[in-house]
Amino acid sequence: MKEDWGKEAGNIIARWARKHSLWVLAYGTGCGAIEIPPTMTSRYDAERFGITGMATPRQADVLLITGYLAVKTLKRVIRTYEQMQSPKYVMGFGSCTINGGMYWDSYNTIKRLDDYLPVDIFINGCMPRPEGVIDGFIELQKLIDSGQANGWKKYQDNLEWYRTNQKKVIKNWKMPDYNW
Amino acid sequence: MDTSFNLWILLMPFVGALVGLTYMGIGRRIIARVQHRYGPPIFQNIVDVLKLYSKKTAITHGVMFHLAPTLAITGTISTLMFLPILTGPHGIYLFSFKGDLILLMYIMVFGCLAMALGAGQSGNPNSAIGVSRGLSQMVGYEAPFVIAMVTLMVQFNTTSVHDIIKAQDSFVHWNMFQSPFAFIAALFAFLGFMGNKPFDVVIAPAEIASGPPSEFGGKYLALMQTNRGMFAFVKLVLYVDLFMGGAANFVSLLAKTFFFYLIPLFVGIVNPRFRTEQAITFFWKWPTVIGLLGFLMVIL
Repeated sequence: MKEDWGKEAGNIIARWARKHSLWVLAYGTGCGAIEIPPTMTSRYDAERFGITGMATPRQADVLLITGYLAVKTLKRVIRTYEQMQSPKYVMGFGSCTINGGMYWDSYNTIKRLDDYLPVDIFINGCMPRPEGVIDGFIELQKLIDSGQANGWKKYQDNLEWYRTNQKKVIKNWKMPDYNW
Repeated sequence: MDTSFNLWILLMPFVGALVGLTYMGIGRRIIARVQHRYGPPIFQNIVDVLKLYSKKTAITHGVMFHLAPTLAITGTISTLMFLPILTGPHGIYLFSFKGDLILLMYIMVFGCLAMALGAGQSGNPNSAIGVSRGLSQMVGYEAPFVIAMVTLMVQFNTTSVHDIIKAQDSFVHWNMFQSPFAFIAALFAFLGFMGNKPFDVVIAPAEIASGPPSEFGGKYLALMQTNRGMFAFVKLVLYVDLFMGGAANFVSLLAKTFFFYLIPLFVGIVNPRFRTEQAITFFWKWPTVIGLLGFLMVIL
């Protein structure tokens, strides 16, 4: 009984801290990257929610995929995602990550990001404005608080399925094996 | 006496880390206000550290990589242990009777060197660049710092921090006013120590990722952030001891250390980043010359 209580208290503190400190690795793949600077700087000031930009995947919590992903870029994104330390969250930004958006017919972009990486939250729009981005972060905070943002667990459990999907589009698969 | 002594030895690292991290949070808030932003809450850095401790960590690059954050924090705690935190009747002296200023100067560098070794083993090119920049800059600001310290030691004919504090018994006898040249030289070195804006070529956000710690994540980074907060506190307390005559109670300690924390912060807000060689030439030119001038005045 006592151990349960200690564990529960630890979980509450951990969830609270994770919720209020989101370090974002903004992967500016597409045109959506232009919305990130105003979100982070003086006009919309995401720092007041504890959201800060981070430069390296090792230190980041949130992988923000801004826009379409070319197959070549997807390889880098997967590698980046696997270098991040769990718990980690993926945020799909713009309609390109949801269904391909205006790149639906393209021969070298992926359509649905969720098939390749476990996306915790999507922000729709082409492109979403900074208000939308901050709203997405607030939703992510709610998900973390209720313990529903566990895409990283899903990725670990269904690694085979994700790998099959990834290898289907990435023909020259030369990636190191990570053991996290 | 004995219980309170043991208690403070156990508590002081935590107090130091909390104070340092809170100062950093206040600093972020002040920077935000200058940039017309609202800014994060002042305990944001503590939340960040808590989150980092709660993260799972699975990175390996070798033995030194695992040891580096631990060694860095060991260096910082041992520096803290040789500092008189509070003076007067209710003083907190820790082990400071056993060490002197020379030991402090020597042991302060230990954490930086451990970090350099760990970051060097991580194999990340950004880390390597950051380490080389950091060590070069350290060569720069150590010169005025050592000159200032030697000036103080010659002036009071002692190497003990206690005797230097005792010599500054009243406001007008603070070393700030008593030996202004050494103070100015040490203050410039302090700007380099704190790694705020004009001299932040080591971390250099948006240039070399985050420099030496770019391959550290999760709990390693948590240890390093704790170390950063604690080390800031150590440096602040050392400067208060040397130049403002120490502090008799916690209120005056916090006021004095916060005054010292604001100086590099305000300098940092309005200044862009120096390149490495600019920083080194700056340190070797003005602060060193001013420090040598003060040294000459003390000798003559």
